[in-house]
Amino acid sequence: MGRRSEEDSKKNVDLYYRQIMKQCTAHMEEQDKTLPPARVDFREALREGGVTRRSFLKWTGAMTAALMLPPIFKPLVAKAAEQFSRVPVVWLHLAECTGCSEAFLRTSYPNVDDILLDTISLEYHETLMAASGYQAEACLEKALHDFSGKFVCVLEGAIPTGLDGRYLTLGPKGRTGLEIAREATSKAAMNICIGSCSSFGNVQAADPNPTNAKSISAALGIPTVNISGCPPSPQNFVGTVLHYLMFGGLPALDGHGRPVWAYGQRIHDYCERRPHYDAGEYVEEWGDEGAKQGWCLYKKGCKGPYTYSNCAKVRFNDGMSWPIMGGHGCMGCTEPAFWDTMAPIEEPISQKPVGGYSANARADTLGLALAGAAVVGVAAHAVATAAFNHGQPRKQDEDPGNCHEQE
Amino acid sequence: MSQRIIVDPITRIEGHLRIEAELDGNTVKDAWSTITLWRGFEVILKGRDPRDAPLFVQRFCGVCTYSHYETSILACEEAFGATPPPNARIVRNLINASQYITDHIMHFYHLHGLDWVDIVSALSADPDKAASLAREYSDNPYNSSGSHYKAVQARLKRFVDSGRLGPFANAYWGNPSYKLSPEANLVITSHYLDALSVSKIGAQMMAIFGGKNPHPQTLVVGGVTSAMDLSADRIGMYLYRFKEIEDFVNRAYLPDLIMAAGAYKDEGLAGQGAGVKNYLCMGGFPLTDDWSRTLLPKGVVKGGDISKPLPFDRMKVAEDVTHAWYEGDENLTPWEGKTEPEYTGFDSNGNVKGDGKYTWCKAPNYENEPFEVGPLARFVVGYAQNDPNIKPLVDDTLKATGLPATVLFSTLGRTAARGLETKLICNHVEGWVNELVANMKAGDTRTWTKCAVPREGKGGGCNEVPRGGLSHWIRIEDGTIANYQAVVPSTWNCAPRNKAGKRGPYEEALVGLKVAKADQPLEIIRTIHSFDPCMACAVHIIRPGKDVRQFKVR
Repeated sequence: MGRRSEEDSKKNVDLYYRQIMKQCTAHMEEQDKTLPPARVDFREALREGGVTRRSFLKWTGAMTAALMLPPIFKPLVAKAAEQFSRVPVVWLHLAECTGCSEAFLRTSYPNVDDILLDTISLEYHETLMAASGYQAEACLEKALHDFSGKFVCVLEGAIPTGLDGRYLTLGPKGRTGLEIAREATSKAAMNICIGSCSSFGNVQAADPNPTNAKSISAALGIPTVNISGCPPSPQNFVGTVLHYLMFGGLPALDGHGRPVWAYGQRIHDYCERRPHYDAGEYVEEWGDEGAKQGWCLYKKGCKGPYTYSNCAKVRFNDGMSWPIMGGHGCMGCTEPAFWDTMAPIEEPISQKPVGGYSANARADTLGLALAGAAVVGVAAHAVATAAFNHGQPRKQDEDPGNCHEQE
Repeated sequence: MSQRIIVDPITRIEGHLRIEAELDGNTVKDAWSTITLWRGFEVILKGRDPRDAPLFVQRFCGVCTYSHYETSILACEEAFGATPPPNARIVRNLINASQYITDHIMHFYHLHGLDWVDIVSALSADPDKAASLAREYSDNPYNSSGSHYKAVQARLKRFVDSGRLGPFANAYWGNPSYKLSPEANLVITSHYLDALSVSKIGAQMMAIFGGKNPHPQTLVVGGVTSAMDLSADRIGMYLYRFKEIEDFVNRAYLPDLIMAAGAYKDEGLAGQGAGVKNYLCMGGFPLTDDWSRTLLPKGVVKGGDISKPLPFDRMKVAEDVTHAWYEGDENLTPWEGKTEPEYTGFDSNGNVKGDGKYTWCKAPNYENEPFEVGPLARFVVGYAQNDPNIKPLVDDTLKATGLPATVLFSTLGRTAARGLETKLICNHVEGWVNELVANMKAGDTRTWTKCAVPREGKGGGCNEVPRGGLSHWIRIEDGTIANYQAVVPSTWNCAPRNKAGKRGPYEEALVGLKVAKADQPLEIIRTIHSFDPCMACAVHIIRPGKDVRQFKVR
């Protein structure tokens, strides 16, 4: 009986995925007709970037797995990669440091993520564009008009809402960042927050938040997809756009608006130093014998036990390193309000009460409790994301980027 | 007849900058530079653990991601009374070298290049002639051949034909102030594309010892944390990448720079974009643990007089807020810095109120004078001091181009100094690697000097970073931050007028500039970009105290 029901359920799952694939294929064929023509030939760009057919297939497989999809989706991921460079993108810089843009310009090479980001159709991006002043403003107006309802709006930076937004003005007319972001996001097909500033407010919103800086979601009262991190891994952005192209919608998001496929795992659980934590081997002092042996950094303030992200797996700069490998420990930069809840950075969190958890909570028990909270958040957010793509304003208290303020 | 033009946003910089210029005919008569974003870091830092400050202030800027980190650590180290061990000093120099080399390459090609290079003109170049032209400037030019240039041209053409130019749209293509031949434009454009991949190598170099880029995370007060990365394989990975990037500097960046300098030498000789001609630098890349010897110089040159180099005294640094959106008009040293925001906005025509307050940028000064900082300042001061590394580099270049030393005082000079500095740093990287290896071999594996947060203390970290002299100032009371100030390179350069009405370096550099077409202010952008502006850095942090939200908007 066991064997039979197993086969049945396998059949059902198979059927389920085939149905989804059919929908996706139809959606992507329709999309093919409506997207603007390609500016660069993707296959040629791959060749020029030194990516062979074999390594492209390898990438397709890895990305499919990363997005938590079964292998039959590989051709669709490949197709989405081809459509990627045709999606018009408007990239706004608000209260930020350009670190996220930098991270994108410097992704690993030569690989497919990199080529996708090189060939992306940037209609407006202040760090890269040749035009300035009136001519730059004209580019923005034209993109918002020509691609209204079709472009992806990428938001880098928080919005200072103090002084009616006038801590940040842009363009010859001196419009506030708040006004420009409101206009652009209302016309976009999808709003993606890149980095912790636009996702959660980040450093300028740290206590006492002198400019009253807010996340995009909190400042405008709209839902956003949040690719948090300071800076985030570019792969998490690429995967989210690919998912959007395949499904015409968003991947599952957690309670903070972050894609679960990238932010569903706790750093502590995938950390290369985890065995030392379990064995009770800790770095006690910078530069000590434990530091030279790569022991656990918990006692030096590592916030891996409270932080959700795939950093341990994807690392940074072509897998070159990541903060825990660099011997420093995680500072929790993918989490809302980490500057306030996780500081001092070099002290273990259990020495102070955090968000209502007792001061004696051990890292692992606290981690479990937080994991539970995140799962509840996923369900809650599924309801919220139903309103997505149409820019319907929601009340701020429902805003995912705001969750931490209510804790 | 005079005319007011506004350039906002100035693109291809970090952050948000606005320039207004008064034109008389086609000559700039007066100019005002305005920073349009304020974030208020200093208020946020008050009361926090001093060890958190370096990672906080690193977020001033993702481009100068290492610069603020290291300088803040230096300020803390003075306050904590800690001197890092030799391995930490060398590892920091290696991370900093990757920051400098990557920054300068990215600036020359991606941020500044399009001010000199007309991409559309490259379409009409003869690819074979372009290849021979490249060989005139280098024995073995980087990624250069007739067939390669033909492919680059085809790629550009498809881009133009598609009608969607993306980031290249709406620029000032065809402006008469573009002086390069179509072939030269093609050579540099081709390297513009190569440089996109090359800058990633630099980021990897930083990540090897820094954990990641941007925003590395391996420095702590007293040393570095990347003890495990001081191994043969990691050092080898770093060196391998360094060789790749050095190769690009020698075979693309420097030859392209010399080629461009030839085409634009008249502007340089005419002193276009010279500015205040006061130069200041604070010393960078320590060669000894006590910073008594540094690779980048420390000193001052006033009024362009290279016969009289003066010493730099950090206690003479002050900031004036007469024309900045902060209360009052006092000129105070950073440790006493007293500034509260007072936003007065624009006038009824939407222009800046040039006689009043008009920017979020303060006016740093030294002995009450505005000063330029950056690669040009370092090279002018180094040249004046007869620096054994800098003097021959400059002299050789001048000899090769047949230009006099006065050509340095210009927009072109600023851009050239940045290229020569890249070479200077490349010349020293392998020496540092060898020093590190020798030290480890001799049994010194220390990476940290024990230190703790003091109850009371103060420190001022003075450092040279890619964009110029940077100083961070911390005061600690009760074991937490009582006051934090940063006087940033772009603040020096983007300064508004001071109390006496003297223009800041950007503003002064624009006065007298000839603009070929008022609706295409290419020359203005070119001069501003030559300073490598970085606005998020420049916009100041204020003294903690009052709640900013209570301030009236006037």
